[in-house]
Amino acid sequence: MDLDALLLSRMQFAFTIAYHILFPAFTIGLASYLAVLEGLWLKTRDETFKTLYLFWIKIFAISFGMGVVTGVVMSYQLGTNWSEFIHLTGGVIGPLLAYEVLTAFFLEASFLGVMLFGWKKVGEKLHFAATCLVAFGTAVSAFWILSANSWMQTPQGFEIMADGRYVATAFMEVIFNPSFPSRLVHMVLAAYLTTALVVAAASAWRLLREPGQRESRYGLTMAVGMICIVAPLQVMAGHWSGEITRHHQPSKLAAMEGYWETRADQPFHIIAIPNRDTQSNDFALTIPGVGNMIQNAPRDEVIPGLDQLPRGDQPPVWLVFWSFRVMIGLGLLMLALGVGGAWLAWRGKLADRRFLRFAVAMGPAGFVAVIAGWIVTEVGRQPWVVYGVLRTADAASPAPAEAVLTSLITYVALYSVVFTAGVIFVLRLMAEGPVRAAAEPIPDDRAPGSALAAAPEEIPGDPL
Amino acid sequence: MIDLPLIWAGLIAVSVLLYVLLDGFDLGVGILFPFARTPQDRDVMMNTIAPVWDGNETWLVLGGGGLMAAFPIAYGILMPAFYLPVVIMLAGLILRGVAFEFRFRARRRGRQFWTVMFALGSILATFAQGLILGGFIQGVTVANLRFAGGAFDWFTPYCLIVAFGLVAGYALLGATWLMMKTQDDLHGEARRWAVFTGALVAIALVTVSISTLSVHPQVSLRWGVDTAAGAINWSVFGPRLLTPGLGLAGLLVLAWGLATGRHLAPFWGSVMVFLSGFVGLAIGFFPYVAPYSVDFRQAASPDNALALMLVGASVALPLILAYTAWVYWVFRGKVTPEAGYH
Repeated sequence: MDLDALLLSRMQFAFTIAYHILFPAFTIGLASYLAVLEGLWLKTRDETFKTLYLFWIKIFAISFGMGVVTGVVMSYQLGTNWSEFIHLTGGVIGPLLAYEVLTAFFLEASFLGVMLFGWKKVGEKLHFAATCLVAFGTAVSAFWILSANSWMQTPQGFEIMADGRYVATAFMEVIFNPSFPSRLVHMVLAAYLTTALVVAAASAWRLLREPGQRESRYGLTMAVGMICIVAPLQVMAGHWSGEITRHHQPSKLAAMEGYWETRADQPFHIIAIPNRDTQSNDFALTIPGVGNMIQNAPRDEVIPGLDQLPRGDQPPVWLVFWSFRVMIGLGLLMLALGVGGAWLAWRGKLADRRFLRFAVAMGPAGFVAVIAGWIVTEVGRQPWVVYGVLRTADAASPAPAEAVLTSLITYVALYSVVFTAGVIFVLRLMAEGPVRAAAEPIPDDRAPGSALAAAPEEIPGDPL
Repeated sequence: MIDLPLIWAGLIAVSVLLYVLLDGFDLGVGILFPFARTPQDRDVMMNTIAPVWDGNETWLVLGGGGLMAAFPIAYGILMPAFYLPVVIMLAGLILRGVAFEFRFRARRRGRQFWTVMFALGSILATFAQGLILGGFIQGVTVANLRFAGGAFDWFTPYCLIVAFGLVAGYALLGATWLMMKTQDDLHGEARRWAVFTGALVAIALVTVSISTLSVHPQVSLRWGVDTAAGAINWSVFGPRLLTPGLGLAGLLVLAWGLATGRHLAPFWGSVMVFLSGFVGLAIGFFPYVAPYSVDFRQAASPDNALALMLVGASVALPLILAYTAWVYWVFRGKVTPEAGYH
């Protein structure tokens, strides 16, 4: 395979996976939120929860569908563009992905139908069970995908056979590899934060227009409470994940922190312009003497820098360094939103307009942080696809560059149309808000939350 | 000792078969979309499959994911071999998958757009699956257990015939599914579609069967037909005739059901036709998973991987089949335009 096809395949993978992760990041949390809302409604019979449930399930249906179809692309892409990776490691990583399909994908897909269309077909309890099973399925899915990806970060429990293929020596070690627990927690919390930020933003937006609106007050309070709890936990989970990285993927940590030099008592670069050509930072705003402390390492411990590696084995530093800072910066803002919101709620001032505007502005922050975090972990792993064992360049398919270019253009064009439409539909629903949707004249016999009940083909005056 | 590679070959074959039957009818509904007379008919058509399409498509993920995990070498050969058809298939599946929600959410022009995309996506996905199937049967160039052919090896008359045949076949499944799930005018429409596509499928079945015998020497050998000498080894060919016999029986059930106004029989007749086509093709390429050089034993994952997956599959698959059946039961019966879902 020539270099162009490799580069194009990498671009395609980066594009399709960055696009795909937006939807799981949102739907893992939203599925759980829906389960909580339906549970609260069944327990309290407070119609507010039902209205909120019926509102968010519409947004869930759109997002989940987009997540499903872009997820199918991911698994097939491993074959079309990374066939050598599958050829060599399929016997180790394949079962993890197969388990995802068997234990999660079917569960979500089957009970989603009941969740969306079965409101009046099955009883309340059974419908609640379907919602819970979908939520459970999304979490199980995350378990297996994170396990497989973590094995690529911190591989263990395998050996390489005479023909170059990998065989597992202990599947428990493969599944529960060193970086898996921290990365799973980090990702699931990220998903909860992403959802809570979206719920907070949509509720705050409504409250800015219609102060005191009941459903949105509930929504905002729940979301702020969630952020206040999860954001600090996420800081800890991120730190835990960082520590695992320091022990198992020193080159990634060096790129994240802009460490070129191997030394004890590393500094902390707040911002820097890493330069691969000079193997140093062109500019850096630095606090000396605190780097080791931030890494939770004794001050006299030597933390390796990128000078340990030949230039060809270094990950791209600039992208990893800055993505890491974007993630951290947004994380701190989320922390401020959660803690600030909780403080305001305690003082009974959650309706403060400046706070509501801040909450609206933070709506997309979870998505940006999730993508930035995945750039850190995936780009930071380079030039390896399986860290320290298999190079990305040796994992690609024998596909010609023209074919890969065709598929890349196809995916970009297709995803642009689908993304634009999906975002328009979700924003339009959010603009309508939870109350108006509930006030719509829904015939009694039509399933609430039904996506496809008969609707007029033509509504004049609106292009979409 | 359990023959793990053989079990997994069987499980993946069953997944693919279930996929073809289940997603076949809902892709077929999409293929028939352009022929619906009114937007209301299209709403009902979509409503008949909306609660189940996602589960149906998951069999494709299991077929693909299972192949990846159980026979990674075959997956690594086949996916690059069918690079462009796979991309076309995925693009089609994306368009039609999002169209379920988008078509309902959209307003005037957007709604028309997603109506077209649902049909186009269904047709593209089916046609691409046909190209992949045809390319698989005609054989893949392999060197050193890697794909070594060209990017357009699948672009042959044989593959095109198979692709057209599959479009007709899925449309037949879709039409007979709609006969089962709809009533009144739409039911009558579906019946007309079933007559037309049934005739197309009968032609396609004969054409594909004959051309398959000449597409690769191994196939005719497995059928006991010596195409060069024009001789037939009846001790092999005779028992094999059961398979086309099943297809013929399916066509007869279909014709009888259509002629006598049955609602269910045409669908089950179509299923029999697909079953016969599936077994008929499998006879030709067995035991190869990357025809005609890599068999399922060469391509298999290490036994410990297969064993681990078998433990999971033997617990999960019965559960999956059970709750899938339950979902179909929940959404049983006719779908009417007034009621939608409730």
